[in-house]
Amino acid sequence: MKTPHRVFVCHETPCVSLGAESVYSAFREEIDRLGLDHVSLEISGCHGHGLCSGGPSVVVEPSRFFYNGLRPEDASVIVREHLNHGRPVQHLFHRDAQTGKSVARYVDVDFYQSQERVALRNCGRINPESIEHYIDRAGYGALQLVLSTMTPDQTIDIIEESGLRGRGGAGFPTGRKWRFCRQSPGDQKYVVCNADEGNPGAFTDRSVLEGDPHAVVEGMIIAGYAMGASKGYVYVRAEYPLAVRRIRKAIKDARRRGFLGREILGADFDFDLRVKEGAGAFVCGEETALLQSIESERGMPRPRPPFPTDSGLNGKPTVINNVKTLSYVPVIVDRGAEWFRSLGTEESPGTAVFALAGDIRYSGLVEVPMGTSLSRIIELGGGIAGDRKVKAVHTGGPAGGSVPAHRLDTPVDYESLQELGSTMGSGGMMVLNEDACMVDIARFFMDFARSESCGKCAPCRLGTKQMVTILTRIAGCQGVERDLELMRDIAETMRVGSLCGLGQTCTNPVMATLEHFEEDYRAHIHEGVCPTGACDVELDGSHVRAAPY
Amino acid sequence: MKGETGTSTEVFRTVVQDILDDHAGESWPLIAVLQEIQHRIGYIPPEVVPLVADRLGIFPGEIQGVITFYSQLRDRPQGRTVIRACRGTACHVSGGTTVLKALQGELGISEGESTADRQYSLETVACVGACGLAPNVIVDDDVFGTMTPAKVRKLIEKDGEPS
Ligand SMILES: Cc1cc2nc3c(=O)[nH]c(=O)nc-3n(C[C@H](O)[C@H](O)[C@H](O)COP(=O)(O)O)c2cc1C
Repeated sequence: MKTPHRVFVCHETPCVSLGAESVYSAFREEIDRLGLDHVSLEISGCHGHGLCSGGPSVVVEPSRFFYNGLRPEDASVIVREHLNHGRPVQHLFHRDAQTGKSVARYVDVDFYQSQERVALRNCGRINPESIEHYIDRAGYGALQLVLSTMTPDQTIDIIEESGLRGRGGAGFPTGRKWRFCRQSPGDQKYVVCNADEGNPGAFTDRSVLEGDPHAVVEGMIIAGYAMGASKGYVYVRAEYPLAVRRIRKAIKDARRRGFLGREILGADFDFDLRVKEGAGAFVCGEETALLQSIESERGMPRPRPPFPTDSGLNGKPTVINNVKTLSYVPVIVDRGAEWFRSLGTEESPGTAVFALAGDIRYSGLVEVPMGTSLSRIIELGGGIAGDRKVKAVHTGGPAGGSVPAHRLDTPVDYESLQELGSTMGSGGMMVLNEDACMVDIARFFMDFARSESCGKCAPCRLGTKQMVTILTRIAGCQGVERDLELMRDIAETMRVGSLCGLGQTCTNPVMATLEHFEEDYRAHIHEGVCPTGACDVELDGSHVRAAPY
Repeated sequence: MKGETGTSTEVFRTVVQDILDDHAGESWPLIAVLQEIQHRIGYIPPEVVPLVADRLGIFPGEIQGVITFYSQLRDRPQGRTVIRACRGTACHVSGGTTVLKALQGELGISEGESTADRQYSLETVACVGACGLAPNVIVDDDVFGTMTPAKVRKLIEKDGEPS
């Protein structure tokens, strides 16, 4: 009898767009035609080696042979040769971009070797639409453990001891947030998963939802038990249709297996989940706006306090956590707080997941221990594309900042990035080469903030508009020296005066580029040229008005 | 072609009644109801707003407020094919602006508009998360990666065939 084999065809957005579905059908056809009973064919999440642009990718278990860039006709060759005759097909293996050598096995890819897969533990290794696969990999074990052996307070203790901090950007200690909610009086409480991921250039939450949705579901049930909530909502942005479909299916399957519903696993605990789809508004990632949007209102933030842990959905105590934060919960329960703390740094335990993109050889997901340097992460991504040099690395999206090349030794953790005027954000990491103009980057993010500002508070509504006007004037080489001072001034007003994080932090990209790349601004102002030619703006009268002082 | 055929207000009303029935008893159903109306009809016809308002016990103006707030919701029909250019960061730094300009040139419309024959609508979208393939263009639900102006021309030619 032949050894059982499993073929995983990545079915995440990039691979699907490169033809993963027809590759899957070609495998199906050939396996059926030859009647190979020892082969099971599965879809999977991202295999996570950051090779999205070389997809579709396929991994053959048990030896983890790794094929990439397949066309449908390649599938039948692999089925005949590899699966039927046990002869792996060398010319279809993934090829290392640097050495040009083919790499046979998944674990041999450098990108994969140095990674610590915790949040992404199951992505690419299970069929995300199969609850059985998740259970086979110890899924829902943590839930059983919690319900049968721990009190809610003990559950919160573990999360608190692990030092887990929110992965949605601000890094607030998760255990502490849960405890606030638990202690807040109220018979009805809610757990909300923030899967809005509106940050342009970040796709880590999408990958977890598409590749391992049950981890999020299990994390939410445990959170619900810990703070005494009986209802939860997953708020997913509508731009992620595949993620929406997978999380809906996961919830349905979990309900069918008794992990959701009444008296879960025989315990005196009821909990159920619903999905709410966003409708295209970045500001709805902000927690109070998100709650408004779940309640079918315009998603506009409100002042805090009261914090959602006291008054959230429906005015009831509510915990809002990011997708990745929740997906860490089951592993922390399984493997212990001590283990989680052994990864990462003292202040920022665990791992960080980044969506690596931009001028990098392999763009895709990386998961590394917190505290890993930016330069190491770039190395993992195969280095910068072409024979170029790194100019900057931008993390944190519209709320973040660009770290200059000479500071790439900076470790990624909440505090270190903040010191440089950037933030962890929710996982976008954009590598920029020398062709990037930092004025253009600053203007891009500010224009994004302007278009997404909800308009409720004046500092953000007016400030973003003025900032874009000034940045456009500078980009068009009509700026004047005092524009720089003016921008610093407006930024400070927005930081202290805006109602929510959008207005308070959207000036970070401007401030960080002013601090680290002032020469780019000066070249536009004093030499009248964009040093890299990246700025491409058409000025009209509204931009060239002189600064009002 | 998306949506139900027939354009009479009566057809819309029946569709909307069905959708409202499906969501009866749900907490905060408005956005889900509007999304479903748009999914079935292709847009949210202004004439059905009072009906929704009446059933959900809110003012029509509030519903209009929600529709205008969210970029995904629209109160007028779109072209048969919806082309969206991704305006994410990765797309921006890898030539997304040029691709958007090519789309505008090729279709002769700007962002937010439809062609006169209602064949195409052009929109932008905030990041679809396929940054490894940047710059991206999304045609209805399919993502097309590593776009260039030349590929834009091909894409539109191919799609332009009668379907
Ligand atoms: C404008 C804005 C957008 C945000 N977008 C997101 C988002 O897409 N995903 C997310 O998890 N948090 C986002 N946040 C942060 C949330 O407000 C909140 O802090 C987070 O969801 C809490 O979860 P955590 O503690 O697990 O990080 C955003 C904040 C602001 C101000």
